Amino acid sequence: MTTERIIVVGNGMVGHKFIDTVINSDNPENYEIVTFSEEPRLAYDRVKLSSYFSGSSVDDLMLTSEEHYQSSGVVYTLNDKVLEIDGDAKTVTTASGKVEGYDKLVLATGSFPFVPPIPGKDQPHCLVYRTIEDLEDITASAQESKVGVVVGGGLLGLEAANALKNLGLETHVVEFAPRLMAVQLDEGGGNLLRRKVESLDVNVHTEKNTKNIGAGKKRRYVMEFTDGSELETDMIVFSAGIRPQDELARNNGIDIGERGGIVVDNYCRTSVEDIYAIGECALWDGKIFGLVAPGYQMAKVAYAHINGDSDQFTGADMSTKLKLLGVDVASIGDAHARTPGAQTYTYEDGVNEVYKRIIVSEDGKKLLGAVLVGDAESYGTLQQMCVNDMALPESPEQLILPASDGSAGASMGVDALPDAAQLCSCLDVTKGDIVDAVQSGCCSMGDIKDKTGASTGCGGCAALVKSVMDKELENLGVEVNNHICEHFEYSRAELADIVRVKKIESFDALLDSHGKGLGCDICKPAVGSILASFWNDYVLEDKHIGLQDTNDIYLGNMQKDGTYSIVPRVAGGEITPDKLIVLGQVAKEFNLYTKVTGGQRIDLFGAQLHELPLIWKQLVDAGFETGHAYGKSLRTVKSCVGSTWCRYGVQDSVGMAIALENRYKGVRSPHKIKFGVSGCTRECAEAQSKDFGVIATENGWNLYVCGNGGMRPRHADLFATDLDDETLVKYIDRAMMFYIRTADRLQRTSVWLENLEGGLDYLRDVVINDKLNIAQELEDDMTSNIGKYQCEWKTTIENPEKLKRFRHFVNSEEQDTNLAYVVERDQRRPATEAERENHIPAVEVTA
Amino acid sequence: MTTNSASVSEASQWVEVCRLTDLTPDTGVCALIENKQIALFYSGKLNELFAIDNFDPIGKANVLSRGIIGSQGDRICVASPLYKQHFDLKTGECLEEPEHSVAAYAVKVEDEWVSIAIN
Repeated sequence: MTTERIIVVGNGMVGHKFIDTVINSDNPENYEIVTFSEEPRLAYDRVKLSSYFSGSSVDDLMLTSEEHYQSSGVVYTLNDKVLEIDGDAKTVTTASGKVEGYDKLVLATGSFPFVPPIPGKDQPHCLVYRTIEDLEDITASAQESKVGVVVGGGLLGLEAANALKNLGLETHVVEFAPRLMAVQLDEGGGNLLRRKVESLDVNVHTEKNTKNIGAGKKRRYVMEFTDGSELETDMIVFSAGIRPQDELARNNGIDIGERGGIVVDNYCRTSVEDIYAIGECALWDGKIFGLVAPGYQMAKVAYAHINGDSDQFTGADMSTKLKLLGVDVASIGDAHARTPGAQTYTYEDGVNEVYKRIIVSEDGKKLLGAVLVGDAESYGTLQQMCVNDMALPESPEQLILPASDGSAGASMGVDALPDAAQLCSCLDVTKGDIVDAVQSGCCSMGDIKDKTGASTGCGGCAALVKSVMDKELENLGVEVNNHICEHFEYSRAELADIVRVKKIESFDALLDSHGKGLGCDICKPAVGSILASFWNDYVLEDKHIGLQDTNDIYLGNMQKDGTYSIVPRVAGGEITPDKLIVLGQVAKEFNLYTKVTGGQRIDLFGAQLHELPLIWKQLVDAGFETGHAYGKSLRTVKSCVGSTWCRYGVQDSVGMAIALENRYKGVRSPHKIKFGVSGCTRECAEAQSKDFGVIATENGWNLYVCGNGGMRPRHADLFATDLDDETLVKYIDRAMMFYIRTADRLQRTSVWLENLEGGLDYLRDVVINDKLNIAQELEDDMTSNIGKYQCEWKTTIENPEKLKRFRHFVNSEEQDTNLAYVVERDQRRPATEAERENHIPAVEVTA
Repeated sequence: MTTNSASVSEASQWVEVCRLTDLTPDTGVCALIENKQIALFYSGKLNELFAIDNFDPIGKANVLSRGIIGSQGDRICVASPLYKQHFDLKTGECLEEPEHSVAAYAVKVEDEWVSIAIN
């Protein structure tokens, strides 16, 4: 079979989605893909564009890479715009004069920001908000400005206002309509949103029609409105809606709608054969769809048609839920009650600033739409009821009224949802997909995300997806049992609560009051860790020693032959030449294999049990402390050299790394914890791959949380920006102690966050906004733990009773005769089984 | 003090290895008897002593005495510190891989001295 040549014009989110769909289909070899973009880079996530202002880099936003396209055989041209289409010859011609032939042509040209035709709109510092380049322009302009105005009080306008506010400008929003988000919200919702936005120091001016932008008296410009009023400002961002980018089609004889947009049918075909249009440039049934999810659907439909399948695009649900300037806002279906006969229920709580309204059908049986401001928790339920035409409960008002016990309103049983119900609109995952995933063995949110992609886009559907998963597990008869082991009918988090609240101080006391049997190698180390997290006793105390796992019990890392490795603490990776010499001398004296670790420390391998105290005596005398490499606890704080030496550093990253490492050293936690501190955005300390990553900015520190390397790497999420030293430490104290309290056994922070209901936003609510009113407790618990720090090796070498256990035999000074080594690259390593059998001469082991 | 009476026969020979006070409850130590390494465990909760081979046949190292002791159902076990397989302290049977079971030994305490019986 010959391959078909598809040209995709435009490499935005939807153009990329089309290409991605072809690449990941069953028969990518049937197609040759060529794509053109007028932008200087391949597709990036425009939905998350505003995160560029809160520290995300261009790389974070990229949806693909040139390497990926190359390895998938996609031919791409950047910075070149397609200008002509010859529908008869089936060729396109670009601005640079390139001519390319196609079998099928897909137009994914997107949209452009609408700038109202106001005199003076083309001056410098009059900008738009659409691409990464626009954001760069806004940032540059803000540096020369004090006051900024956003024209447009819709979704994107409020996002732009947030950006200006974060850039430190006095911020104004100017809106033509009588309220904010006029398309999505009714009057009540719009009013409340306005109050909330104004309380955040954003000035809102509604019903303003700008007639001219002239030279200002105090500020750079003055905006003159038709009602005679004026507003002075230094810069203006236009965000007054989008218009389909249909110029290419228009100039080349393809049918265009009266008010713009490339006319397409249910298969996304345009009026010219073999030419398709998808995304924001396409006009279906007289409508432009300005959200990404319908664009993705169109991409799939167009591909299906090219591939001979018959999927159709039949419109899309335009419900939205988002957080604007920290305010939850949602709009579902017919938010304006335009359906004939529609009735409404409204709930308004002026004290807590919550507004909810549902629109129901004339007969009161179906939900037509809803508006939620201030609390959008019921979005998932309401949106599903609406799009699936589900029957309303007898008293529909229950859907928005708070329950009498103060908890959220009545929710819908997920059983009532049809399998076809789309739960995740970003990734197009249905209830049926989740059910299938559970049936094939997924039983955690992490599994579900891996398998289906659900909740990995905007994350708005996480709560609903989890309820579907839980319900299906229950249906399957899978006992959702979170008991830590057969000895305790509690989860690790529950045991941690019991230990903390009841002030239980030993494993035996906990086992007597809440468990059975003798305990085991699962619950003993877990409880040992919990006791250490809250009370921080010496771990080798008689009542705790039997709880310590393989490594903790001898304060070293057991290797495959039963010998140990030793890692002294080298806080922040900073070490003096004298201390480095001590490590070398000790390693030489005891013939230890020496390796530099990934955490900027030195690991010394091959110490026998009886050698550990001898080695540590020398290390402690030289000023070293234990590095807790053996513990589920803080390991290292990796740093780059920072502003003290580096030409680019903006803060003292080494100083901060040492301070953090010394603060949290020895804190036991559900799993190991790693930190990184980078002195500038070049990020040489790889802080974004750590549980807690700290990156210097001109104004302080950005804090990233819950990243890790290892088997399933996860980029840390940006948690808070431009923190001073004190706030940084406060947030880490709280987040770390919250993790210690609530995580599962051996659950890294990355998986913990993925399974935390409410995710990153919830964690911010707890840590920054103190939603649970426990911030002080968390800080106090951390302070108490830190106050009881001791170097476990110093304590041990000063305690002759404890030292007795550091020998191989209780009744002999002999050594283990089973150890055998060979020399490789000038150091010893354990002999392999084959080497032992072949009697390769073993190395003499000293001491 | 209960002592374990695993496999004591006419030919068995009791060897004193340490004082009871040399042991820490809920941990193990290793004893060397006629060039054989034997892991000796002291359960504080049961007030009972156990002995099995110290050699871990799966990890192939002399480490079993350094594992965590506990129970699996009714069986008293040690978990190998290397790869966490459980060995029954009364019989030496490996719960996960019975083909890799080890020997168990009788233990007794007399006048605060702990003895292990070897054949």
